[in-house]
This record gives sequence, structure tokens and C-alpha cells, in this order.
Amino acid sequence: MYRYDEFDHTLVAERVAVFRRQVERRLSGDITEDQFKPLRLPNGLYLQLHAYMLRINVPYGCLSSRQLRKLAFIARRYDRNFGHFTTRQNIQFNWIRLDEAPDILAELAEVEMNTMQSSGNCVRNITADQFAGRARDEIEDPRPWCELIRQWSILHPEFGYLPRKFKIAVTGAASDRAAVKFHDVGLYLRRNAEGVVGFEVIVGGGQGRTPFVGLTIREWLAKEDLFSYLEAILRVYNLGGRRDNPNKARIKIQVNALGIDEFRRLVEEEWAQIRTSPLLSVDAAEVARIAAYFRPPDWETLPEESGLLHRLRKAEPAFDAWCQANIVEHRTPGYAIVNLSLKAPGIAPGDLTADQMDRVADLADRFSLGELRVSHRQNLVFTDVRQKDLYELWTELAGLSLATPNIGTLTDIVACPGLDFCSLANARAIPVAQDISRHFSDSASLQDIGELTINISGCMNACGHHHVGHIGILGVEKKGQEFYQLTLGGSSAEDAALGDRLGRAISADEIPAAIEALVECYKRLRSGDERFLDTCRRIGIEPFQEAVYGVGAAPRREVA
Amino acid sequence: MMTLVRNGQFVEDIYTDARDLEPVPVDRPVIVSLAQWQHNRDALLAGGQPLGIRLQSDQPPALVASELQHFAVVALEFPKFRDGRAYTHARMLRERHAFAGELRAVGDVLQEQLNYMQRCGFDAFEISAADPLAAWQAIENDHTVWYQATGDGRPRALELRQRT
Repeated sequence: MYRYDEFDHTLVAERVAVFRRQVERRLSGDITEDQFKPLRLPNGLYLQLHAYMLRINVPYGCLSSRQLRKLAFIARRYDRNFGHFTTRQNIQFNWIRLDEAPDILAELAEVEMNTMQSSGNCVRNITADQFAGRARDEIEDPRPWCELIRQWSILHPEFGYLPRKFKIAVTGAASDRAAVKFHDVGLYLRRNAEGVVGFEVIVGGGQGRTPFVGLTIREWLAKEDLFSYLEAILRVYNLGGRRDNPNKARIKIQVNALGIDEFRRLVEEEWAQIRTSPLLSVDAAEVARIAAYFRPPDWETLPEESGLLHRLRKAEPAFDAWCQANIVEHRTPGYAIVNLSLKAPGIAPGDLTADQMDRVADLADRFSLGELRVSHRQNLVFTDVRQKDLYELWTELAGLSLATPNIGTLTDIVACPGLDFCSLANARAIPVAQDISRHFSDSASLQDIGELTINISGCMNACGHHHVGHIGILGVEKKGQEFYQLTLGGSSAEDAALGDRLGRAISADEIPAAIEALVECYKRLRSGDERFLDTCRRIGIEPFQEAVYGVGAAPRREVA
Repeated sequence: MMTLVRNGQFVEDIYTDARDLEPVPVDRPVIVSLAQWQHNRDALLAGGQPLGIRLQSDQPPALVASELQHFAVVALEFPKFRDGRAYTHARMLRERHAFAGELRAVGDVLQEQLNYMQRCGFDAFEISAADPLAAWQAIENDHTVWYQATGDGRPRALELRQRT
């Protein structure tokens, strides 16, 4: 992974010193909370319902065992012994004291981590495919480009006060595991007709109260034009994005209001003027320097362990279930990518205790070359596990409650912190996720249901990405009570789509039964090994409406 | 009255802010609005006194790009600190329109933003702090490493790396 050099270290150290001074000014009463807010937010410090919350970037999801041990230390020393991994490849600590926040930043700097731009109206953490550099379906490793974009965007003097936050995701794989089409700018590494790898550029995707699937602004962009093109997009947005209403200030609103063709024209017009600027050049030597950090490790020459695994899986059904759900093909023979589920029954999705963090760091050293990843679905990943070690690793993970065989299934739930922590939320999300995961804890049944994602948001800001869950659950408040609106058919993958509203909102108590009804309906009507999502797409929403609300509750579609 | 800091020093502001003056004074240095400039161009030019123009954050400098030779000062307004349009306008003035005069940040200018403003080409600031010079000095050495090149000529981390 990327290692800071002296300049990166200096920049982060200076940032910590500035923040320490700002916190001191706040603590001494020199500045008010209102004046402090624009200073703390770009350092990832929020004021939540009960305490300060600190959001720490895990750039493009890459985490070393050493960094994870530091996070464990922070959880223990400065928080209540746990941390929460989010959909933005961040980790959040929920019980932070203001006077200790600068010390935490200094601790993070020791392991080359920071909180810069994890909040505020600037370019946020750059996110990526959690399997980057390891996936078999990858055209090219996106991480060097993520790091280049990270550096380009950090403390960018022109784009620190955009109309709203700005999110960029990159993937180099055929399968989209980074929700690229739901970002302000999304980048797919693609080959053009001549076989040259460049970027397809997506713009204007996003969720929240006005969700949009991003649109292609450029089919193919040469790598050397990356910064000038991003700068052109950011300029058009900075100058033309709405600033009168925060709810309408994201680039998706601008793109939608102008239309993609007019937006593209504005970007191309600006781009033409800066494309050859030496200030925006992509330096080949720098690309090579950064790419060298992401060189593949020295994998051993190993045979595929299919025979061994077959025997072990046959002998141990629980191991078999875990392999089936949590193991992904690695690009190198004899290795595997392993998902660690942070979704054991009854757990708040994405939560990890300090002790678990330490143990996971040890296991990463033992089994995964010290490297792990954070996924946007709030799980962890070991990138380089020898297939012959899988059984031993599984045994260890099971002892930590991190071997739940449910990746991509109904209990691999994505949920925001909701009303338990967040000052914006209208309803709780964590207890809803806990109820569902307890209700569907039988792994054989989960395997039968197959791929089915559930996403829960505690308010329309959609931090739990409910719009793109195969089943989405949105918390709403009605007359002081919490209700939940279900949506069906969303996807954040390459077949990106927004879910459709199922019908009237229901109470928290009714959710497990409603999910069960949806699943039963799917099992009854699926064709062959069709996924839940594909069944939804084929048969439409009405059978599911009837399954949940009863026959006659759904409006009949007119037959022409 | 606002205090003007230019290149890290207090400077006396010789300009009269003409925004609310009618008629526009033509006998002394003034900073006029875009509308005042457009309505009084000939009279202002006939006077021969130093001129400045103050642009709102929704008035791109391209509107006066062909007339910049008349202005010793361009003042870009930040109506709220979080309205960041003038950062882009400043860079365009310096890097695209080659404006070499005083580029002044006015309005809701926070101490913590001076770094970014300077990097985008501002060299003069109306700072709304109790002690503007102290505010300036506090931030002046905050950051020595930048990842991005701008028209201010400072080397980015890339160039620093390649020198070592």
C-alpha cells in the first residue's frame, strides 16, 4: 500500500498542529461553536446526539494491520471500546472528547492516517473496489489512481468550499463493487477501441432525498487528462451549482437541471482551456512512483487447493457455508480473497470492538501479508490468504464472531447509525438490522435465498443507501412515531438502479414478517437460479405488494 | 472600518468604496461595482484616478476580461465564507486573464481561509478578525507542503520530491 514520504508526513503533521490550535481557541472560549464548526468539520469532527464523532478516512479502503492496531488503541483509550465502519470506507468513533481530538489526530499521523476532508463541502474520501489489485475481473488496479486523486484533492485551495460535499469512486473491474454510478464523479477504468486503458467518467449520481443514477459524461478519457478533466468538472460545479438550498446543491441537481449534454458542453469548454496546463499535468514519473507502492506482493507459486478444500468442505458443513458465501476468487492460483462479515446476528452492522480489531490485525499478519480492506458494504476483507490456510483462518474467525457466512445475503445488512447516534435521523436503523439478522439466522436458508442485499437508512439523507438495496428500508417519522418505507429492486452494482416504493410505511415490529413475505414471494415465483433482484425486474412490484399488504392492496396495472 | 492586509503587512486603503455612493466619485481612487462601472465607464476613465472593481460571487471575471487594464484592484466578494466561487474566479483572473494588479478578498473572509485564498492568487485581504495582522501571521506558516500547483508558483509536493 501507499507509504507516506517526508512531504506527506509534513503535510499531515502541519494539519494536526493547525487543528490543535483551533481546538484550543474553542476550549478557551476564543471562538464560538458556530465559528468552530467550519474548522472542525473538514477535520472529520461532528457534534452528534450524545458526543463528538470523529470520522477517519481509510483511503480507497486500504488498511494495514499496523493501522488497525492503532484504531484498536484509539477505541480503547479515547472511545468506548468499539469503532464503526461506514459505507464510505471510513471508520467512525462515536464517543470522542473535544479536548482529546487533536491527540487522536496525532496518533493517527503516526500510522499514516488522517481525517482530512472526511467531512465538509470538499472532495471527500476517495473510495474504490475493496478487491482492487486482487480481483480476477479487473482490467487494471485502480488504487494508484485513487492515491493520485487523493493527493490532488487534499487541501485543494480552489475546491475547499464547494456548494456541497463531493464524492469520487474508482474501479478497474468489470463488476462494480464501488457503487460508482452513485457518486458525484465515478470512474471506471476501461479499454478503448485501440486497447488503451483510460477512464469512463460518470457524473451526477447520488442518493439522498433526490436520488439519481450517474450519467456518462465521457466514454473514455486518457489517463494523462485526469486532473484537467476533474478540475473542469469541479469548476463548472463550483461556479454553477446551486448555493441557495443545501438540499439542491449537489452536482446531481445541476446535471439534471441542465441536462447531461449541456453540462458536458460546459465541462468540455472549460477543459479545452486548461487541458494542456502544466499545472494539471499527470507526471509519468509520479504515476510510476505511486504505482510502485501497489506492486503485487511476492505471491508464492501455489497449486489450486481444490481437492483439499473439497474434502474439508464436505466434512464440515459450516466451513462449506462460509467458503460459499465469504470467499472470492483471487487472481493468483492457490490464494483466496476472504470477506470478514461484520454482520453477526444481533450486531450493529459495521461495528468492531477494540479486542476484535487487535485480533483481526494479528490474523492479517498471519494469513494476509498484513493487509486488509474495508468494503463499502461495511465488512472487512483479507486480500491474500493461501487456500491451504482457509480452514485454520475460518476457525480463528469463528472464535471472534467474524465468520458469519452471509456476505451478499439477506443478513449482510448495510445500515447507517440512525437515531441511536445521528442527529439527523428520524428513526432507528441498528435495531431494525439486528431484528432482521436474528430472524434470518439460519445459514442454509440464507444460501437458498442467495444474493439479496438489504440497506437501511434512518432518514432520507440515505447514508444506509436504501435506494440501492435489493430491499431498501427507509425510516420516517409520523406524528412522533417511527415507521419504515420499503423499496424494492435497487442496485448499486453495474446494473445500477433505484428501488421502487412498495407501499405504505410499516412499523418496526412488522419488518421481519414483511421481509419474510417478500422472500417467500420470491421463492415461489423465481425462475431457476434467478436472483431476487432479477425476479423483481422480471415480474414487477405487484406480486410483492400483495405478499406484504394482502391481495387487492396493490393497484392493478392496466392491461392494454 | 475594515483593515487591509497586503502581502502580510498592514496597508492604508487609499480607495473609497463606492458601492453606495451616487453619483460615483470620479475625483479620487474608488472601487466600483460592476453596474457602476458599466454606467459610468467614460467618466471614470476621464478622471485618470486609480480604479478598482468589486465583483459579486455570481459575477464571473470574464465579464470584464477585456477591460482589466483599467483596474489596479479587483475585489472579489465572499458573501458568506462558505460561498467558494471566488476561489475559481481568482485563479481565472490570474492564470487565464493574466491580471497582475491587486486581487483583494472582501466580505466574509475568515482567518482559516487566507491560505487557500493566497494560493488562488489573492494578495490583499479585508480580514474580519480582532487583530488582523496576528490572524495573518498565525496562518502564514501553517502549511509548507501542497499537493496541487496553482498560479502562485509554489512547488507542489511532486516537485519537492523530485528535487530530493
